[in-house]
Amino acid sequence: MLTMIPQLTIGAADLAAAFLFMYGLKRMSSPVTAPSGIFVAGVGMLVAVLASFLYAFSVGAAAKPHLMVNLALAVIALVVGAGAAWWSGKKVAMTSMPQMVALYNGMGGGAAGAIAAVELLGNKADGVTQIVVTLMGALIGAVSLSGSLIAWAKLDGVIKRPLRVRGQQAFNAMVMLATLAIGGTVVFAALGGAVPLLAMPTLIYLFFACALVFGVLMTLPIGGADMPVVISIYNAFTGLAVGLEGFVLQNPALMIAGMVVGAAGLLLTLLMAKAMNRSVGNVLFTNFGSIAKQKHGDIKGSLKPVEAGDAGIFMRYAKEVIIVPGYGLAVAQGQQKLYEFVKLLQSAGVTVKFAIHPVAGRMPGQMDVLLAEAGVPYDLIFQLEDINDEFANADVALVIGANDVVNPAARTDKSSPIFGMPILNADHAKKVYVVKRGQGKGYADIVNALFYGDNCDMVYGDAQAVLVKMIEAVRGLGLSAAA
Amino acid sequence: MQFATSISGFVAIYIFMLAAFAGWVIIGHVPAILHTPLMSGSNFVHGIVVVGGMFALLNASTVQEQAIGFFAVLLGAGNAAGGYAVTDRMLAMFQTSGHQTKHAKHGHAKPSHRKKS
Repeated sequence: MLTMIPQLTIGAADLAAAFLFMYGLKRMSSPVTAPSGIFVAGVGMLVAVLASFLYAFSVGAAAKPHLMVNLALAVIALVVGAGAAWWSGKKVAMTSMPQMVALYNGMGGGAAGAIAAVELLGNKADGVTQIVVTLMGALIGAVSLSGSLIAWAKLDGVIKRPLRVRGQQAFNAMVMLATLAIGGTVVFAALGGAVPLLAMPTLIYLFFACALVFGVLMTLPIGGADMPVVISIYNAFTGLAVGLEGFVLQNPALMIAGMVVGAAGLLLTLLMAKAMNRSVGNVLFTNFGSIAKQKHGDIKGSLKPVEAGDAGIFMRYAKEVIIVPGYGLAVAQGQQKLYEFVKLLQSAGVTVKFAIHPVAGRMPGQMDVLLAEAGVPYDLIFQLEDINDEFANADVALVIGANDVVNPAARTDKSSPIFGMPILNADHAKKVYVVKRGQGKGYADIVNALFYGDNCDMVYGDAQAVLVKMIEAVRGLGLSAAA
Repeated sequence: MQFATSISGFVAIYIFMLAAFAGWVIIGHVPAILHTPLMSGSNFVHGIVVVGGMFALLNASTVQEQAIGFFAVLLGAGNAAGGYAVTDRMLAMFQTSGHQTKHAKHGHAKPSHRKKS
């Protein structure tokens, strides 16, 4: 009877963890309760991890002699893994958040894959269902690991350009089929079928190698602005892999937590794809840049560069300014200066609002986080559907480092690759200023008709430097900022 | 968990179905402004995989299993701790105009300090 106690404790701890995760996520539905939400979920995690040490009481006979070593290894792994990640998570700049999330995603996927590897190599999974589910979790986890690492490298600037070669799709499909074929062979061999030439461990290693290669190949051709979809989908993948391995280990907490995350990731993936008016398949398997190029001829007007200071002073005398931030703001680390400028305008009596496009930046909601970091109160921040009609009343739309999300071609030009994508109606404002590093095109590599409009002026330069000039110019007016 | 009735067949599918549905509904209510913390928060939640890693490592009987199990716990722990750290940091930054005077200095000091490091 005494031997039941550790097991009951683990069961109760896992139950508590599953409840606290869901309750914590539920509390994350409002910025007011969200900080307590993550704390609640954190308590759940702590309880589950501490209880997992009680597995020591129920290890199999084969593992008994190694128990002390294994316990020591577990403590080292926990301390080193958690310590390093905690330290990096506390230190990382807010602008680097997408690559950090990609990295943690990959770690989760890798852990799920490793669990599957232990089960498979140790012949612990038995029955066809167990083996198939283990392999599915292994495949998804491994793809998530290597794919997330590539996503991290892209976001961090280690890999600069999407890699695209002719016949890539066909090659990727072949790698996938090979992986599935090896998986099928593993199932066949595990059930006692005779597989000539290859021993079981070799097959399993080969399976993992193929899955990892596929993750790399799948992510390499995907471009920067599609990253919100990619990060969401790997989040869903890792959740799914964790859920499946939870089934193999007969641990309902893993099953529930994994599936909740899988569903959440899927929901976000679909939201992001919808915000780009593309299907998920289109994002993953189509090379966006290769779609028919737009003819340059049908855009009239010219690009009109102006000084940053003049633009700043113009906004000082406006009634309402709507700011559209994009990835360029994050690259320039301009969020603090932007809010400084906004406060200056506010103190001069200008109404300032922020308009956020769902796919602005490199992960869902990245702009909201950057603005929050700078101290912008969230009641000034509006999402696309809530603010789009207001551009017509605004005196100025200030577009900073955003491009495709304000391209009116999405509304009018059927031949444009971004046709049908919901955009922010910045062109409806009486005056538009576009802060941009140079005359280059956006991610979609198409000309932005907004820039050529009669009401639009271009302010060239690094977003942070431009904002500094704007602040100086407005301050230079000599009007008391406190007025 | 051997004392419990094993989770198999349809019971497993029921658990998966209900959990997926719960996740979908809970997450569907999160406003777009919180999408990044939500993503890192759910990222943190799948860090529970570390518990599975612990099970695998404690039951390891060969060097190979120990090595892979160690790897699983290491990555899982990193996933959980890192996910928590970044989510907590981001959520602490969201504030309304009402709180601004109170938190303004606070909100500014922390991020700028971090950037220097």
